[in-house]
Amino acid sequence: MEKTLRGRAHTYGKNVDTDVIIPGKYCNLVEEKELGKHAMEGIDPEFSSRVKGGDIIVADSNFGCGSSREVAPIAIKGAGVGAVIAKSFARIFYRNAINIGLPILECPEAVDAIAAGDEIEIDPAAGAIRNLSKGTSYKAAEFPPFMRSLIDAGGLIPYVERRLAERA
Amino acid sequence: MGMTLIEKILARHAGLDRVEPGQIINAKVDLVLANELSAAVAVNVMRTMKGAKRVFDRTKIALVEDHFVPAKDAQSANLARQMKEFAAEQEIEHFFDVGRGGIEHVVLPEEGLVAPGELIVGGDSHTCTYGSLGAFATGMGSTDIAAAFVLGEVWLRVPPTIKVVYNGMLKEGVYAKDLMLATVGRLGIDGATYRSIEFHGSTIDALSITGRSTMANMAIEAGAKNGIFHADEKALAYVRERTDRPFVVERADADAVYERIVTIDVDALEPQIACPHTPDNVHPISEVTRDRVLLDQVFIGSCTNGYIEDLRAAAKILHGKKIAPSVRVIVNPGSQKVWLQAVDEGILKTLASAGCVVNTPGCGACFGGHMGTLGDGERCLSTTNRNYVGRMGSPKAEVYLASPATCAASALTGWITDPRVVASAPAYS
Repeated sequence: MEKTLRGRAHTYGKNVDTDVIIPGKYCNLVEEKELGKHAMEGIDPEFSSRVKGGDIIVADSNFGCGSSREVAPIAIKGAGVGAVIAKSFARIFYRNAINIGLPILECPEAVDAIAAGDEIEIDPAAGAIRNLSKGTSYKAAEFPPFMRSLIDAGGLIPYVERRLAERA
Repeated sequence: MGMTLIEKILARHAGLDRVEPGQIINAKVDLVLANELSAAVAVNVMRTMKGAKRVFDRTKIALVEDHFVPAKDAQSANLARQMKEFAAEQEIEHFFDVGRGGIEHVVLPEEGLVAPGELIVGGDSHTCTYGSLGAFATGMGSTDIAAAFVLGEVWLRVPPTIKVVYNGMLKEGVYAKDLMLATVGRLGIDGATYRSIEFHGSTIDALSITGRSTMANMAIEAGAKNGIFHADEKALAYVRERTDRPFVVERADADAVYERIVTIDVDALEPQIACPHTPDNVHPISEVTRDRVLLDQVFIGSCTNGYIEDLRAAAKILHGKKIAPSVRVIVNPGSQKVWLQAVDEGILKTLASAGCVVNTPGCGACFGGHMGTLGDGERCLSTTNRNYVGRMGSPKAEVYLASPATCAASALTGWITDPRVVASAPAYS
């Protein structure tokens, strides 16, 4: 189960696409930390030097649109980001983030109220978001039951292992 | 209540009589695709899965080297080598090395690996291209692809379907690309997120199969899970020329339920341009050419427009002429077969004589990989599918998207030019 996260908010607008999250030229990298050095480079070149472990990305709608590159959420995780809060996520990014264990939360109210640098505390399992700088609390949209069971089982890999064991 | 085309396909692959939007299903896959980038990650994930020794079916996996080919550096070469070793170890039947394939989405239909009614997942967002042949095809990340490699099935949420109906005839100089740019502009880049797009209408009935591929390819640019056409006689003929494998042709029910129906009248449609920096920032070309939009580079290729008919359209405009001295023009034929066909038809000679450089088949500059990456402040007109900040290289570059004809016409002048007026535009000879 995911633990409580705490960090500073880095805020972005809508349609943050995978080309700015991790530009194509870095897609031949495989190490999470190496990818992390270039996270958000296309939109925020100083991000990797500014981000601290556990920080939170807060973005408007359609976060992660574009390519299916799984290195996009991996780079964000590799940079030390604890979670991403957005008004909505693009479809493939949403699956990828869950599959690689990057906590994501959909919460338009929180996105509208959080300013860059605010200190945020998140309980991903409960979908609870607290803005410690402003003293406000928000509840993220619940995952559909199937997604919740996938997350609780530890992600897609344990799910696949169970399916394989059932067949054996 | 009836089902849409993809609801029919998904129900059959899930072993169910019917499915409804929102329902989570486990569906059997007919083909799993990966390229050297997505395969490298997927193979590593598969190696960590307990009990995952072999792929589910070595004849139902396609591995294509296309993104950084020929390898641009040692790191890229290692990824390609890793995929090749995996293909050998697992005895993968459909492995396409450099020189025997090309861009995955051009190659798979060409090789008869896509048929109507099939369910295909791929480690690339443009896997949705195969909707041109009436297949349900969607892109996924590498962990999902690893799961599909070993299970031969995927979990999917059944998407609601948007029906898009095109009425009218395309005018001279207006192509499938223009139709799809107009569609993405109309829907918006998240207008079809988590949704399926079902294409209808007299306009698309008249399109070639690869023209339909151009359209299905860009369904993801509206956020869609897939874009799909009904397989008509033209599609069946295309597939039967390439495979004798049995397949099931599905049709949407007459009383299928659509989330919304969008109608696009194409009689008055002019060439379209997606301006920086999103593919839905689409304008009719007459608005864009009010100012002179000077270009540094023109790119013709990609899984959107790397087909033989695209090269023909460009060659027709460039034949016997020279491109403007201020631009470089880079052409990437979509596949080895397209490249050879272009040789046979004299197209490569026409393009090279005009001053274009013709690269090997592959993704090339489209995603800023190599062979045409843009520098700071440069501006490119491209037949590709995305123009996000930094997509083709420098975050300070600008990318405009258009049809191959518009790109070729603009190559002659050095600025964005309407292909319908190119005959009267100044040309260098």
